[in-house]
Order: sequence, then C-alpha cells, then structure tokens
Amino acid sequence: MDLCRLTIHELHDLLVRKEVTSREVTEAFYDRIRCLDDRIQAYLLLTEEEAFRKAEEVDRKIAKGEPMGDLSGIPIGIKDILCTKGLRTTCGSRILGNYVPFYDATAVKKLKARDAVFLGKLNMDEFAMGSSTENSGFQITRNPWDLERIPGGSSGGSAAAVSADECAGALGTDTGGSIRQPASCCGVVGLKPTYGRVSRYGLVAFASSLDQIGPITKDVEDCAILLEAISGYDPHDSTSVNVPVPDYKKSLVKDVHGMRIGIPEEYFISGMDPHVEKAVQEALAVFEREGAKVKKVSLPHTPYAVAVYYIICTAEASSNLARYDGVKYGFRSREGRDLMEMYTQTRSKGFGQEVKRRIILGTYVLSAGYYEAYYRKASQVRTLMRNDFAKAFGEVDVVVTPTAPTPAFRIGEKVMDPLQMYLSDIFTIPANLAGLPAVSIPCGFSAEGLPIGLQIMGKHFDEETLLRVAYTFEQETDFHLQKPKGLA
Amino acid sequence: MKMDIEKVARLARLELSEEEKSIFGKQLDQVLEYMEQLEGVDTEGVEPTSHAIPLSNVFREDEQTDSFPREEVLSVAPEEEEGYFRVPRIIE
Repeated sequence: MDLCRLTIHELHDLLVRKEVTSREVTEAFYDRIRCLDDRIQAYLLLTEEEAFRKAEEVDRKIAKGEPMGDLSGIPIGIKDILCTKGLRTTCGSRILGNYVPFYDATAVKKLKARDAVFLGKLNMDEFAMGSSTENSGFQITRNPWDLERIPGGSSGGSAAAVSADECAGALGTDTGGSIRQPASCCGVVGLKPTYGRVSRYGLVAFASSLDQIGPITKDVEDCAILLEAISGYDPHDSTSVNVPVPDYKKSLVKDVHGMRIGIPEEYFISGMDPHVEKAVQEALAVFEREGAKVKKVSLPHTPYAVAVYYIICTAEASSNLARYDGVKYGFRSREGRDLMEMYTQTRSKGFGQEVKRRIILGTYVLSAGYYEAYYRKASQVRTLMRNDFAKAFGEVDVVVTPTAPTPAFRIGEKVMDPLQMYLSDIFTIPANLAGLPAVSIPCGFSAEGLPIGLQIMGKHFDEETLLRVAYTFEQETDFHLQKPKGLA
Repeated sequence: MKMDIEKVARLARLELSEEEKSIFGKQLDQVLEYMEQLEGVDTEGVEPTSHAIPLSNVFREDEQTDSFPREEVLSVAPEEEEGYFRVPRIIE
C-alpha cells in the first residue's frame, strides 16, 4: 500500500487500528520527497529531525493507548510564510533568507498541540505576491500534472506538494486567491476561511485587510479537519473574531436538497477557457440533480475587482514591508556608508522584482495628490462590492463560479506581463475584498488533462454550508481521486 | 510615463537600476491605465471599506504581560551590541 496516496482521515484510521506507525508514515513521505522533489521543487526546507521526534512521540502515545486526535502523527507541510520556532522562515524572500523565528505562528502552534508532524516548509511567491510561484526568491515549483506548467500561486509549493502526495495536507495563505487558485491548478481542495476565522499571529504580513490562512488538502473531509484545527479567536490577533468554532465534520453531509445556488452572470466572461466553462456547467447540473435550485444572481461590480485589489493590496504591502530595513532581522547590506544608504541598499538587494514593483505601486497610490483618486476610490468600490454580495446572499445560500478563468499556464508565459498575471486572480479576489469564505474543489479536466477548479463562496462565518456543498459534489464525482500521471 | 518612478522609489527606500526603471515604468503605466476604469464608477456618498468585517478598536486590560526575552529578539538581528540593535552612523 502506498501510504503517501492516502488522505488525512485514511491515515488516521490506519494509525488508530495500529496497522502503521507514525514513524512509518513519515518515512514513506520523506522517501517520496527524496525521489520526487528534485522535479517538483515544492519544499524550501525539510525538517526530518523534528518530524521523526514528533512521530515517535505520537507512536509512544498510541502504544500507551492515549486518545488520538484526527491530526495525531499526520505529516503536514507548512507554507514558508508562517513562523516556525527554530526553523528557517523565508517567506520566499532573500531578505529573510537567514531568518529563524523564535516563536510559532498561532496556526502552527495549534497543529503542534494536535500532534501533527511537520515535514518541512513549502515554496511560495516572494511575500505571497504572485499567481504562479515563479516569484520565489529561491526556486520555481512545477505543476505535478505537467512539469512545464506553473502550480499556481502564491501557495504553489503547498498545492503541488499535496497534489504530488509529498505531504498528507498543507497550510497555505490567501490574500487574493493564493490558496484557491493553486488548489485549482493542481487538482486539490483549498479553502480560504472568513476574514477573522483564523488567527494571523506569526503570519508574515502582506496585505492585512485581506490575508487569511487556510487548508490545502486531498479531499473535503481533510479540509474540515484542518480548518477546525486552526480556527478560533486569539488575543494575539486583534482581527480574529471571537465566535465559537463549529464541529466542521458535522457539515460533511451529502445533501443539498432545496439549497439555493447562485450563479453570477458577471463571472462568465468572454475569454474564459471553454473547458472551464463546460466543467462548471456540468457541476451545476450535478447540484440540480441533487435537488439544489440554481439561479442567476448579479454581482455588478465584479469587473472592477482586479483594479480595486491591486490598489488596496499594494498600498497595504508598501506599508507592511517598510519593516524590512536591515535593523531588526533578516538581511542587511554592508555597502551603505550611513543609515539611509544601508536601508536603501538592503531593500534594493533583498527584494525581488515583483515585490519592488508592488511597493512602488503601493507607495504611489498612497502618495499626496493620488490618494483620493486611487486608494480612497478603490476602498469605496470595495464597499459597493460588499453590498453586491450582501444583496446576492439575501437570495441564495452560496455562489458558485470557476476558480480561475483558465487551467495552469506555462512557466514563463506571463512573467513579463504583470497585468495579465494579475488578471488570473479575477474570480478569487472578490471573496478577499468582501472577507467571505470560499473553497476551490476539483471539478474536471481540460483537453490537455489539466485540473479545473470550482469555487464555492459563502456568507461570513458560514464555512459549514461551503463544506456541505463541496462534500456533496465530491460524493457524486471522482475528480478528486485522479492523480497526476507519470510522476513515480 | 505616468509616475515619477525615481521619486516614488526614493520614498520607498528603493534604488532601481536603469533597466528596472525602464521596465517597471512601462509595466506600471499599463497597470495604472487599467486602474483608471474605476473613474467610471459612481461612488458619490459611498463610505470606504478598510476592513471587510466591522472592527472597532480592540483593547486589552492594561496589565503587564510577558514579552520575548531580549536575547531571543537580538539573536536574529544583523548586528547587536550590549543589548541594543547596532546600526551604521546616523549623524556626522
């Protein structure tokens, strides 16, 4: 039996029945990583020593008959944007190339408390800025379904590792689609929780009014397990919201009878890949067959989403990334003769091209004389987009769309054309701007055999309905069971 | 070019090569032109959103709590001296 192919809940069952040990499972994953990751390049750091120590600790607990949680002894990968105590955390950037945090992010701490085994840190676009993982300061991660294509981004390492069975599940982060779009590109499940659902303490900040941490997994049940583990209020993050965390596994019910599913006409734009459109239409037919009511809704400000997002996220990034000054942590250039030169040299040498581009854009849209026309205007249109959703959710329970307008594109295809790269986020950005939860699940394949993702968006703090709709679809289809071919 | 890229870079404490200036200039022009479509949206009287979930100030009790030990914080600093961050000369 190939342990690496199994889901979190399947591995859990084997551990409970004592058919395998956590050490054996962990070894199986490292064997696979050693054999595959030269080609996939998902991992930036492997943490074998820590992993085996944890696995053996869990095995001792199992031997003693102690109660086991769903994540006990399960090998997980962590996006390198989350601080891990004693383990290098680069955020995909040379400027943090030597940074070893002295504390754990709350999400990491929560997984540790549940005895998850951390295999290593996963590649990403530098500071989560990108849709292809080509902006990593270290390496280009490849899509397991076609090594010439991007895995999506910015959580490309997380999605590729889950898809290639190089971990049982992973954490990613999503500012404008960075969990959902790579999940869609790699044929796995990725959920961005409601803004405030998960503490961001220890998450390296990019755009603080948008960033969220969430799970990337092989199926919806695993998604519910990981989501529940990381959710909850945290006094260390004043934007986390103090509402109870539901038992998300109770939402794994195959029943959408009478549910109202909204289809926003603005998402079915010209230029959409015909295979994507067909796959989404077929998914809607599945829901109708299961007794859901599919109806049109309107989200009229959707066409402005990309413009609004790239003003707001770059403005927030220019402010957040001011902290990289070569004083407190990370890289410092030795070339500057005085403090100001040291700042400038450190930042100019430490940041990559896309990060510099966004800092400049963000500085510009916030600067005197342009603030009203750009930042304030974008924040007002953001309100109109929120209002669109509020109106739509008065009529329907969830909104269903494609996750991305096309399947994974080729490595190098959009690198020199930032605007085209930005437009690949058009369907995922609105959920971040409105703070809504949204999940991407596999819903088909293109003619070239590339995965296509279906996005389900829900009301604030209604992850339960998302999971229920996603689970129902998964029970009726087998897209999530398909694996990339020809890997190993 | 729409923006004075050298001036904006200076504000952000970045120094760009000639090549970067020319490439970024063209790319950012395109992006800004794309953003101009927002001018067409009627936002008269619309309150701006800074957070998707309504948040007011969040306070905690004014009680002393533990903070990170100084040695740990300084352990990741590029340069430190006698318990302080060390930086290059600031004034003549």
